[in-house]
Amino acid sequence: MNLLADAFAWLFAPEQWTGPNALQHLLAQQLSFTATAVAIAALIAVPLGWAIGHTGRGREVAVAFSGAARAVPSFGLLVLLVLVFGVLRKPEAATVTFVILAIPSLLAGAYAGFEAIDRRVVDAARAVGMTGAQILWRVEIPLGLPLLVAGFRSAVLQVVATVTIAAYVNLGGLGLPIITGLSLRRYEVVLGGAILVALLALVLDALFALAQRAAVPHGIRADQGHPTGRRLDPEPAAPATPDTADTHP
Amino acid sequence: MFRVRGVRAAAAAAVLGTAIALTGCSSDDPLGEEDRSESSGDAIVVGSQAYYSNEIVAEIYAQALEGAGHEVERRFSIGQRDAYMPEVEGGAITLFPEYTGNLLQYFDPETAARSPEDVYAALQEALPGGLTVLDQASATDQDSYTVTREFADANALTTIADLAGVSETLTLGGPPELAERPYGPTGLEETYGVQVEFSATGDTTVEDLLAGTVNVANVYTADPRIQTEDLVVLEDPESLFLASNVVPLVSESVAGDIADVVNAVSAALTPEGLVALNVQSTVDQASTPDIASQWLADNGLG
Amino acid sequence: MDWVSENLDLIGSLTLEHLRQSVIAIAAGFALSLPLGWVAWRYRLLRGWVITVTGLLYTIPSLALLMILPVVAGYPATSETNLVIALTIYAIAIMVRAVTDGLDSVDPAVRRSATAVGYGAARRFWAVDLPLAGPVILAGLRVTAVSTISLATVGILVGVTNLGYLFTNGLQRRIVPEVLAGIVAVAVIALLIDLALMAAGRTLMPWARGAAPARRSAAEAAS
Repeated sequence: MNLLADAFAWLFAPEQWTGPNALQHLLAQQLSFTATAVAIAALIAVPLGWAIGHTGRGREVAVAFSGAARAVPSFGLLVLLVLVFGVLRKPEAATVTFVILAIPSLLAGAYAGFEAIDRRVVDAARAVGMTGAQILWRVEIPLGLPLLVAGFRSAVLQVVATVTIAAYVNLGGLGLPIITGLSLRRYEVVLGGAILVALLALVLDALFALAQRAAVPHGIRADQGHPTGRRLDPEPAAPATPDTADTHP
Repeated sequence: MFRVRGVRAAAAAAVLGTAIALTGCSSDDPLGEEDRSESSGDAIVVGSQAYYSNEIVAEIYAQALEGAGHEVERRFSIGQRDAYMPEVEGGAITLFPEYTGNLLQYFDPETAARSPEDVYAALQEALPGGLTVLDQASATDQDSYTVTREFADANALTTIADLAGVSETLTLGGPPELAERPYGPTGLEETYGVQVEFSATGDTTVEDLLAGTVNVANVYTADPRIQTEDLVVLEDPESLFLASNVVPLVSESVAGDIADVVNAVSAALTPEGLVALNVQSTVDQASTPDIASQWLADNGLG
Repeated sequence: MDWVSENLDLIGSLTLEHLRQSVIAIAAGFALSLPLGWVAWRYRLLRGWVITVTGLLYTIPSLALLMILPVVAGYPATSETNLVIALTIYAIAIMVRAVTDGLDSVDPAVRRSATAVGYGAARRFWAVDLPLAGPVILAGLRVTAVSTISLATVGILVGVTNLGYLFTNGLQRRIVPEVLAGIVAVAVIALLIDLALMAAGRTLMPWARGAAPARRSAAEAAS
């Protein structure tokens, strides 16, 4: 385990925390790419997903689009966009790549949240005289929130891991020590960078796990133990956390 | 029940069969990745860097050897020197197109040799047991510090030393590992007293230079864009860079068998010839095997 | 698109290699996840550990894993073995969770009925639990397959050749159609494998055809 010790020695060496490529800068770059991409993706995907969930229309199109988007390798897309946009627009190329990566999870989270709502609840809301808009804002969105947060959780995890490849086109981030270490066979640097990315992913995952719990409306939370409560379980059915990060390097 | 199970078994068998067929499949692969694990018998295993120009030279070696009746296996595009050298030293790869200066610095970072002859002689001394080099070509592809014509004119630059007088901040672009190389930012400051910031521009270094995100770039001298984009390669009077001629690095076990064929290639590979090969790849977008066979034919080696 | 038509051989052979590397990893990941997922489902005490540890695997950046594994395990980084093992690890990270969730989704009443009509533990697992867990496991497998095929391209950065070669080589030579061809080829094999898995699912699990869309959506949201 010398390698691990070396990696930690590298991580804790003061020179890694000073200068233009100090680890805190790289960490900030990693986070800012992630936040920007997920935020833009959310602006596109969440309203769209809600519209699909609310009207029940367009789901097949969304599924087909998401399937295609998931199948696109982020590494290749980034290289393509850098070539097409030119080197002055590398940050834009990277952002577009990560937005496309984040959209499927967010889109699915938004409409799945609505679909998971017991139809009788919506019918009841309509029966007490709620308008379509009221049903949307007071019933569907709050009840759909846990799955939407789950969508955010996996989108963020995929993006934060994939942002590592940004360093391949000189955009910094925590991939920089990994890519540099790769060329130089400095394994302790590679491992040090990997440890930071993993820690960042774990911290973000934990935050979103808390958010997911908090997103369950009060009335529902009391219902957790009940078998039918399962449908609003904040831990959704299949692979919750780890997921289709494409080129998650 | 049994019917369903039968269908299930058949489907499972089909999936498994496909997997096995894929595992065992083989094809005429220009990159020759099949059977990569074992070098079969006395096949010459030719490797190349993840650098298109290096791959063309490797393909020329491979086709020349095939033309001479040797069995050849290709292991192309396997990364940078630090990545593939263990496999060359271990004998899994027996022939690799290399560059004398950079290879010498890999084995002897402190070397004082600079001229092509000195570097070649020092390299033969520095190589570990089991490895040797055949004749070097006159073609070179060495590191350089290069600027745009405009920047050179504006600051009256002809040598690297002149960079010390530039008032604006100098940003050096290059592959990520340049940050740690002997001729990188540290060497630049020690040899010429030039201070630069470093930017890991990687595969887009020349584009970044042209776009102005960096103003000094580590460009390989065989890059056709030095001509086409009118770039200025700064002179290196203090010999920060070593001469770096194209040289075949070979396992001693096969050196005798292939020397004649590979030396004939090296004898024909000129500096202009190497740039021309690179032009065919990047401008004409010809495929590597086509470029190699055309070159061999043109040089009477095909 | 001249480049594409003149390099169909290259694209074809890279596609086959890519497919071979990915399919082995997907199959191996699936085969290893079944027992791991079952253990996590059967033994509550182990569950947290297995899910956490496999989840942790997923947070390791793939490029770093491709570098570090060979050093620790002692095989060449540029070998196909290296890539296949790394991809298998990521496949396990997704699949174990899917297997556990799938077994969870089986109605306990059905399981009790099977026991009541005389099924032993082993036979009940293969004939009742696993088939009924199938739809959720299949959803996980499909996510795994697409992700693996896409992720495999990173192999080129450590010297394992597959469709990723078209990305790095295309960037160096500035040939846009070359990079685009790589992306399209990866997407096409991912979608074909996905379709094949879906078709296999329909054949093997005819009862799952009307599976609740909500459940499927939930799986998608989470992936």
